[in-house]
This record gives sequence, structure tokens and C-alpha cells, in this order.
Amino acid sequence: MTTENETKEYSTMNSQEKTAPIRVSASQARSGEAREALLMANESIKIVVNDLNLYYGNDQALKNINLQIPEKRVTAFIGPSGCGKSTLLRCFNRMNDLVDNVTITGDMLMDGQEINAPGVNVAELRRQVGMVFQKPNPFPKSIYENVAYGLRLQGVNDRSTLDKVVEKSLKGAALWDEVKDRLHESAMGMSGGQQQRLVIARAIAIEPEVILLDEPASALDPISTLKIEELINELKNDYTIVIVTHNMQQAARVSDYTAFMYMGELIEFGATDQLFTNPAKKQTEDYITGRYG
Amino acid sequence: MKAWLKSGSPWIWLNGGAVAMCMIMVVGLIGLIAVRGFGHFWPANIAQIEITNEQGEQIVVMGEIVRSQTIPSAVARDAGNEVPEDIDMVTRYLVKQGNRDQTGRDFVWYLELGMGEFTYPLDAYQIERREWGNFYGQPVALLREGEIVSTPQQSGFWRDMQAALDRSLKLHQEIQRLERRQIGRINSGLEQLRLDTRRLDLRDVSGPEREAEDARIAAARAELDAQYEELRVELDALKAAQRRDTLQMVTAEGAQVDLSMAQIVRVTAPNGMSVPAKMGQYMERLWEFMSDNPREANTEGGIFPAIFGTVTMVFIMSIIVTPFGILAAIYLREYAKQGLMTRVIRISVYNLAGVPSIVYGVFGLGFFVYFLGGSLDRLFYEAALPTPTFGTPGLFWASLTLALLTLPIVIVSTEEGLARIPSTIRQGSLALGATKAETLWKVIVPLATPAMMTGLILAIARAAGEVAPLMLVGVVKLAPTLPVDGTFPFVHLERKIMHLGFHIYDVGFQSSNAEAARPLVYATALVLVMLIVVLNLTAISIRNRLRERYRNASD
Repeated sequence: MTTENETKEYSTMNSQEKTAPIRVSASQARSGEAREALLMANESIKIVVNDLNLYYGNDQALKNINLQIPEKRVTAFIGPSGCGKSTLLRCFNRMNDLVDNVTITGDMLMDGQEINAPGVNVAELRRQVGMVFQKPNPFPKSIYENVAYGLRLQGVNDRSTLDKVVEKSLKGAALWDEVKDRLHESAMGMSGGQQQRLVIARAIAIEPEVILLDEPASALDPISTLKIEELINELKNDYTIVIVTHNMQQAARVSDYTAFMYMGELIEFGATDQLFTNPAKKQTEDYITGRYG
Repeated sequence: MKAWLKSGSPWIWLNGGAVAMCMIMVVGLIGLIAVRGFGHFWPANIAQIEITNEQGEQIVVMGEIVRSQTIPSAVARDAGNEVPEDIDMVTRYLVKQGNRDQTGRDFVWYLELGMGEFTYPLDAYQIERREWGNFYGQPVALLREGEIVSTPQQSGFWRDMQAALDRSLKLHQEIQRLERRQIGRINSGLEQLRLDTRRLDLRDVSGPEREAEDARIAAARAELDAQYEELRVELDALKAAQRRDTLQMVTAEGAQVDLSMAQIVRVTAPNGMSVPAKMGQYMERLWEFMSDNPREANTEGGIFPAIFGTVTMVFIMSIIVTPFGILAAIYLREYAKQGLMTRVIRISVYNLAGVPSIVYGVFGLGFFVYFLGGSLDRLFYEAALPTPTFGTPGLFWASLTLALLTLPIVIVSTEEGLARIPSTIRQGSLALGATKAETLWKVIVPLATPAMMTGLILAIARAAGEVAPLMLVGVVKLAPTLPVDGTFPFVHLERKIMHLGFHIYDVGFQSSNAEAARPLVYATALVLVMLIVVLNLTAISIRNRLRERYRNASD
């Protein structure tokens, strides 16, 4: 029921006439108007970012980010290289913890819970917030074991449960038909596109709430890219998706909302069609029309 | 010319030349030791030479021609030979004439001057003996308890002699078995009783408990003594039976020699042998070399205890060094905060690899043997003191010293393997909610196993070839027992061992009989090289299998 409703919502949103334009500038976001604007569009908010600053040593990589990530939608981060979009993405599952000398200030709330609070179990957080990287990174194990990895970490070793989850996840990642006869062969023998979908299957096998995609198609050929994009469209029925991409066409094709970032700042956030057709900021316009970046 | 230089072909030639030089050196080295070493086991023909010496006397020499050389006659004159003034160069032959018990020298140089024809009598025998080295001569008769049973003129002589020899060899095996197993068992039992008594003394036990124990010990000792007496009678009987047959031989000089069958290991008459028969003989001798105990101060017999000792030591070394090295490397690379301290530790570890091995030997002797071993003895083997158990060089200390010596190699290659694993794999695991330890053990360490194996391969290669430190911490010229046998606790870590590398040194440079030792040095060297190759190949094939499993992961 819910799924159908949302799909409907999605389709109406894409037909531009009916939806009110949702466009929020950085200053508006700071004043909290963004939130209201999104709520007006009947979105529930999964992640809220308030005044987030991130420093690598003395270099500030993220400046005063204010942002809401709507639930079960695709949100894209675009911007030139080095603008901090991957850094921001990595804050959501605290992958920045792996880097030395990182300081983060400000709030980042998922379902009202502070992500960066000292008591948070990082492993638990990462189970809820899955991530797919730019380069396919399957483990040097069999296809089956790759998908089962996350479950085995949680202590699930029951064969029939694993079988079910592996099949479901591979189907969810649109990979099942291609690999069902060679589940126990090494994942390293797959093509890049298959590997990337395997990594997505691996991520959804543990049923996260949010999936972070860090330029998931940038290392792939056009056909594989298309498959990944179709997959993203499927996945947003069940998951909140945040995608970082260099490819503006891709952002336009797959996302519902887009955030444009530049030099560590969030310049503009809004519904994708609005942002691409009628950007509020000069910088956004320059970027999407290819004048710099 | 300039164009040629620009084309890069001189560079290619230079590189190709370097490879060719390496190949020539490696193949040359292996070839030299292979030819020199394994040629030794080929049954050479026995030449009989009549020589007229300077005084005009005729002497007859029988033996194998080892090699010949042409030397200036002045050198020959300096060596005490009379060479006519008009001859500039003379050829001389080195003859292995054996019969050390008769003539005192088994390798003698003879000048070609005055030599008659070389003849190869079909009935020239080469007899390998347990003592005094080879005997060369011609058979006269086979005696049984002093009576002639067969002579070479009779048709069945060779067969009769071989039958007698087989019987004697079987008896010898039986004697060996009794001496090693049974008497060894009785001896260790008696030693145990002595230690029991000593333990009672140390604990100051007295009264009825002491009396009961003393009675038990005395009874057990009496029992063992009785068994020993029984065995001794049996042994005496066997030895007497072994002395039944005698082979009567005559040397080239015409002296008659009686050889008891008990002394003889093998009789061959190479002059009459066909090539396939010689091949068979060759394989038999080679097998004996690989599987037998050494005789005659290591210049004869086999090198089995040395092979066994080397392999056991390398094996124990691997068991010790692998976990230590890998754990240390994982901590250094994965957990330790990368700073000045880790850098200092890493540099120290790398430098340890360059410390001369004899330094490790000295350290091993001082710390492991005397300090650790001495403490162990005081704690657990007090009753045996002042005879040390672990407080003396032995297998375990040798393995531990080598483990220390090869530790840097394992650490360095494991660390490099861990560093080579792409961070995306690590992040992929962490992003699935794995903790650092889970990521490490489920993904990173399996991926780094090929690198760990590489480290182990290098460690094995280094350890198997090491000699200097071992002389201080547990390797001896001749070990009476193997470190692994059937008596509890089966692996005797405290025992001294023999080692191929040390065996080469010992046979080559500590032996009084240089000519006899020379081929054995080459043969032992080849065995050592082949052993290292086999150990390496095993490890490499394991590594390749692992690599195949994790193929492309680090691309």
C-alpha cells in the first residue's frame, strides 16, 4: 500500500505542473525554511544536518552545512571535484573516523539520534547506513559469501536463512539471473558492473535504512551504468538513498532532490527538476551549464 | 652509432647480459656441485698398474683413478720424486688405493714415468667396510669358521659370497635394532631410576616412605639389569654368528688379508659390470648416502641424520617464527599509532635482518641456552643436575635462534602484504558494520596470506642455509640419536642435532682425509641446495594456491 502511494507521489512529482517548486537556498536552509518546504511536500525526513563543519587538521572541508535528507527518496550531491560532497556523504556512516585528525562540529541526526555522539555504536550505525564505493570492492570470496558477509558478522550462520537472504538480495540488486548458477565461484571473476551490483546486493543484504552511493557508476561502462541507475530507481521504494555523482545527467535521471556543493559549502538544495531547470543561484547555474567545474 | 644508442638496444643488451651472467653463475654452481658430488657414487673401474720406480723395483698398485694432472717436473722433484733433467712436464695420477689399514694412505699420487699398462682385472673387488675405508684386492677364498667353502675358481663363488654377506647384513640390522631400541630403552629406564633416587635425596625423604621407594627402585633396577644381561647374551650370540664367515683377499702387493663378513658393507666387482648394473649400483649407493648414518668420522656412509636434523630444525623454526612475525606485523601496521615510536621499531626490525648471524649465535648461547635453559633446568630438571637438560645447546635453542634471525624477514613481508591490500576492501567491510578486528581477521589477513607465505619462504631459505650460529646453539658433528623417535615425548627438543651446512664444514675442513671427504662435500652441498629448493617449492606452491584464490583482489 505505502509503496504504491509513494510511487504515485514520485510520478506526480516528476510531472512538473502539479508539484509546487521546492527550492531552498543556503540562507533559507539555515533559517529552517528548507525543512518546512520539504514537509510541505509531504516528505518525512530521515537525516537532518545542522551547522555541520568538518576540518582535516586545520583545513576546513565542510562549511556550515544545513541539509535534510528525505526518507525513501534519492538525494544527489553534485559539485566539482574537491567540493566536499564525498566527505559529507562519509559523515553519514562515520567513515571519516578512519581518517586521522578529523574534527567535526554541528549536529547530524538520523531519526532524531545524533550520529556523532560518543556513545554511538559505529558498527551498528553502519549496519543501518550501508555504503557503496566508487570502485567495486567485492571481497576475494565467492559471490555467495560476499552477500552473506554482513549477516555472518551478525552471527547468522543458518544455511537456509542465508540462502534466502542471498537470493533476495541478489534479486534486489538485479543480479540473480546472471549469477544464480555460479554462486560459489569467486566474485573476482565478474565484470565491473556485476561487481558493483554485487556490492549493492551485499549492502542491502543486511537491510539498512539508508544506502550511500559514492559515485557508484563512475568506473563502469554505459550499459552497466544504465543498469545501476535502473537499480537505484527500484531501491528507493525501500531505502533512503544518497548518491554522490560527477555526472549531472545521472543526477538528473536518478534523483528526486539534488544538493549542489562548491568549496565545502552547500550552495543550493532543491527538487531535482527545479534545480536543473531553474536554479536559484548563479553558481549553480554556471555549474550545470558547464561554465566551470 | 648515436641512433643505436638512442634506440635503447644497448640498454636491452646490458639487461639481458646481466640475466645471462646470473644464469651462468647459478647453473655453473649447481652443475659443478652436481657433477663433483654425484659422480662420486658411480662405480669406477679398478685399475691395476705396474710401476717401475726410480730404484728399478717393480710395484703393483690397484685402485680407482681419481684424476690426473700435468705438473712442471720441478714441482715433482720438490715433492721428492726423481725426474730426469730433460723432461719439463710430467703427468701424475691420483689413485684411490684404499687399504688404509695395510698401507696407511688411501689416496696416493703416482708419476706416469715408469708406469706400465693399465689393466682392469675382472676379479678386482672393491669392498666397502665399516672401518678403515675401502679395500681393493682380488679374492682368494670364502671361509666358514676357518674352513674353505668356496674359491673363485669354483662357479658359485660370487653367489656364495653374496649370500654370506646378506646374512651378515641382516644380523647387523638385528644387532643395531637391539642396541638402539632395547638397550636404549633399558638405559633410559636406569637413568630414570637414578633421577628418582636423586629426587628423593633432594626432597630429604626419610622413614618408611623412603624405604618403600628405595625398595621399588631397587626392584626395578634389578629387573632392568636382568633384561640387560639377557640382551647382552643375545647380542654376543648375534655378533659371534656374524663373525662366522670370512672373505680371504689378496692385495695388489700380494699380502693376504682376512676380512670378517661382519666388517663388510658391500662387495662390488665394477670391472665386469655392465652399464645398467652400474646404474643399479649407483642408485643403491646414492640411496645409502641419503638414508644411512655416517661412518668413519663422517667421511663415509650417509648423511641421513643431517638431513633429518635440518628439516626438523627448519620445521620447528617455522612454527615459532610464523605466528610471532605475523602478529607483530599486524600490530605494527594495523593497530600501532604511526609515529616516531613505530618508525623506530620498524627501522630496528629492518636492521635486525642485517646483523651477522654469528651474533645471533652468541646471543642464543648466552640468553637462550645458559639463561633460559639454565633456569628451566633449575625449575624442572633439578634432579638431573649437574648434567644439563635444556641448559646446553640443543634442537629447541637452535630453532629459537633461527626464528629470531628470520623474524625480521617475516615481519617485513607481512607488513608489505598488509600495506598492499587496497583500502577500498577494508572500507567495504567496515561499511557493512564489521568492527576493525572482524575486518582484519575475515578479510585482511586472508588476503595477506600470500605475502606471509613469501616471508616464510624467505625465512626457510635463510634458516636452512645458516651454519655459523648453529655451531654455538645445538648442532654437532655427530649426534648419537635423532631428535624424533619412538620414546616419549617423541620430539626431543633438548637433543643435539646434525645439520647439512655444518656437515659440509665438518667434512670439508675438519676431516683428516681430505681426498675422501672432497666428493662428499660436494654431494652434501647438493643435497642441502636441493633440500632448500624442495622446501621452497612446497611453500611457493602453497602460496600460489592462495594467490589463485585471491586473484585480482589487489589489482
